[in-house]
Amino acid sequence: MSVVEMSEAPKLRIVVVGHVDHGKSTLIGRIFYDTDSLPEGKVEAIKKASALEGMEFEYAFLLDALLEEQAQNITIDTTQIPFRTEKRGYVLIDAPGHREFLKNMVTGAASADAAILLVAANEGVREQSRRHSYLLRLLGLRQIVVAVNKMDLVDYSEAAFEAVKTEYTDFLTQIGLTAQQFIPISAREGDNIARQASDKMPWYDGPTILQRLDQFAPAALVTHQPLRFPVQDIFRFDARRIIAGRVESGTLRIGDRLRFSPGGRESRVASFERWQGPARDYALAGESVAITLEEQLFVERGQIASLSGASMPTVAHRLRVNLFWMGPETVKVGDKLRLRLATQEVGCRIATIERRIDASTLADADGDTTELARHDVAEAIIETDKPIAFDTHDISEALGRFVLVLNRRVAGGGILTGADILAEDRNIVPADSRVSRQERERRNGHKGAVVWLTGLSGSGKSTLASAVNRTLFDHGISATFLDGDNLRHGLNADLGFSQEDRSENIRRAAHVAALFAESGVIALTAFISPYRNDRQNARAIALQADVPFIEIFVDTPLEVCESRDPKGLYKKARAGEIPQFTGIDAPYETPEAPEVTIRTAEQSQEESVATLVQEIRERLSNSRYEDWSV
Amino acid sequence: MNGNSLGKPQTDMETPDDAADVALSHLDSLENQSIYILREAYHAFSNLCMPWSMGKDSNVLLWLAKKAFCGHIPFPVLHIDTTYEFPEMLEFRDWATREYNLDLIVKINEEARYGRGVSYETHDPVTVTHELKSVALQQVLAERKFDALITGIRRDEDSTRAKERYFSPRSAQYEWDYRDQPPEFWGQFTTDILPGEHIRVQAILDWTEVDIWRYIQRENIPIPQMYFARNGKRFRSLGCMPITHPVDSDAATIDDIIAELETTRVPERAGRAQDHHERNAMQKLRAKGFM
Repeated sequence: MSVVEMSEAPKLRIVVVGHVDHGKSTLIGRIFYDTDSLPEGKVEAIKKASALEGMEFEYAFLLDALLEEQAQNITIDTTQIPFRTEKRGYVLIDAPGHREFLKNMVTGAASADAAILLVAANEGVREQSRRHSYLLRLLGLRQIVVAVNKMDLVDYSEAAFEAVKTEYTDFLTQIGLTAQQFIPISAREGDNIARQASDKMPWYDGPTILQRLDQFAPAALVTHQPLRFPVQDIFRFDARRIIAGRVESGTLRIGDRLRFSPGGRESRVASFERWQGPARDYALAGESVAITLEEQLFVERGQIASLSGASMPTVAHRLRVNLFWMGPETVKVGDKLRLRLATQEVGCRIATIERRIDASTLADADGDTTELARHDVAEAIIETDKPIAFDTHDISEALGRFVLVLNRRVAGGGILTGADILAEDRNIVPADSRVSRQERERRNGHKGAVVWLTGLSGSGKSTLASAVNRTLFDHGISATFLDGDNLRHGLNADLGFSQEDRSENIRRAAHVAALFAESGVIALTAFISPYRNDRQNARAIALQADVPFIEIFVDTPLEVCESRDPKGLYKKARAGEIPQFTGIDAPYETPEAPEVTIRTAEQSQEESVATLVQEIRERLSNSRYEDWSV
Repeated sequence: MNGNSLGKPQTDMETPDDAADVALSHLDSLENQSIYILREAYHAFSNLCMPWSMGKDSNVLLWLAKKAFCGHIPFPVLHIDTTYEFPEMLEFRDWATREYNLDLIVKINEEARYGRGVSYETHDPVTVTHELKSVALQQVLAERKFDALITGIRRDEDSTRAKERYFSPRSAQYEWDYRDQPPEFWGQFTTDILPGEHIRVQAILDWTEVDIWRYIQRENIPIPQMYFARNGKRFRSLGCMPITHPVDSDAATIDDIIAELETTRVPERAGRAQDHHERNAMQKLRAKGFM
């Protein structure tokens, strides 16, 4: 690989965590040594220094450059050092294992793309092995390799390795983490770090540490998620108001109509203000940009811009959270704190602690649940002085996490799992608690609708509806697919194929579809629905519920359907085994004025899907994506 | 460097519709992160200042600040003049001050240099560095009451710098408590300080030496010519004249330098005598306020 490619590839940030004395510094020293990443003379200098102090050289000393570390033999603070493999560059973050240095571990691990969990084969899973794993989950890490170290101290025993693997896997599963690989290593001997140790462990044929790291992926960009653009500052270098901020997700374009939450004022993007920057009319997630608006709005730091009419952040002042506390002071329910989320900062307090968790056992911690001490983890409700804008953590990492500040220092952090809705209703929703259609559409970013596919058996309705459902879902659109066959197995199991039963089948399906549409979902249905009257009835049910009804005629000639015969039904019908089969001995009444006609015999499936998505999009204005591309 | 134009556009990216798999390049990621940090600092502090050594990292920082603030540098730039500056660096300082329209402060610790005669001829390099750089900086902090300094230090320069924070508090005695640094994650920084304290804002902490050179090349950022080889020697890191030594090199262009860095295992600051005067010299200097 050429030098240029190597440097331009994104670097992977790796954090190493584990119980104290399980060998982190040794592993890291080894990785640097084996990848030839140390400055000239470093090893010699440290060997010399060790000899001067009467100590035997250890790989761990390569990292422990500070006096204090050598004195106490513990890593005192997070260190970040670059190294590289043949594949790409890395930044290695050493997170200290000593219990009181939790904050340093969080500092290091929060920015990592992947983690090495280190556990000593001779000691097994210990308190901090579990505690650190739990924190990695709260910090959102998903790419994990477990290095079972000190295999040399257990005679490279497969049984010892398997015992640790089983024990750790059990714990990780409980907290919702999956390790992609367990690797038996000896950091001291350099086994399975860069060099395969099949001589010592013939029973292990998996990758080395470096090989496994090379398989991990850098953080994905979130350019196709809904736009989130937190306002960082307002510059007034001249008469104009320039809004500075970083695009946290989605794509920001000139001409976009932005809505600022909390508040809700809207204006269009007039320009990007760049110095020596690219002449582009858009910015992607991850870019720090500055824009001007068409109208001079009062916008302030902390507000989050989303696309008007599209998915927007939740605004609330009672928040459900999972949090960890790192401050030296104990915090009590009701204590005044500051909460920071993206660029927002507000006063807040912990309203209730619902559950305090012992992160190393996952049991409910005993004792007082009105205060949190250093290193406690809890589920709680936080109340802010004024409403803030956020997304839950499963929707957006950047807007679903926060820190808590006490006495001028960041002392805690956590992720948002939701708004405390009932309390919101009680406290701020004045009288009418019904959720209006408009509110729902604003939240979803699009209207609900019934998209009704009709056509002969084998015309391709289900295949098409299923593919369209997938495409919509991938674009963040709420959609669902009601398949005729599936409905007949459950809701309509009592119905046969007489004309009367077919009408009832369609009537029930139409009501179910309308209910989905009313709740903001695009309901795709695939029923033969051969009778014009039944389809008109389905349309009436949708219109009564005030949701759009889009009839799609999947127009595939009978010969084509019969030649496809995916379920062998035509064959059976021709043989007289299925009475009243549509197209054979029961009529199919062709739609007179369908909204869309798709001819699957004349275009590829991709073209059919594209046409249909396009048609749906055009019929649902107020849609999240003005540029769905399929 | 070829000085025909100041900079060129960032790496071109695909149009947004094709952007599904487009990641920001490594340099773009670093640039965007640095701009974010600079803007956080500008918002958080009312009286900040950017020390400027005219070295390569310092000039990259200046460039990033202009990007962050739409072509402006909305705070003063500070040159700590040890009186041992290379003449070429001073020429560059005066040129760049005009070119960038900088609000330049030049500070000499006159009490030490002229009052007590602190010099490389009479004192060891750690003492001189502390007096003429760190103490000079403290004097400016006291005079101008700056609440934040934007520094150009990088993690890969030194093991103590590797442990730094983006926003790193310094006490009213200008000391760095590296034993008890505040947590820093999710882009939330330490911004609340007591009177007399200040924050070191380290906006290019994650950049490496090679990143700096690639960015200088991509953006065509003006730098002093002393980094390029003349007669088989070049300066890799620049400081005071008597204690800064060139390294053997034939690297006469940025491409040459990048190629050299890809293979060398000599540390960047090997030619800076004060770092190596005694064991843990950097740690001692930095705990007392050196950058």
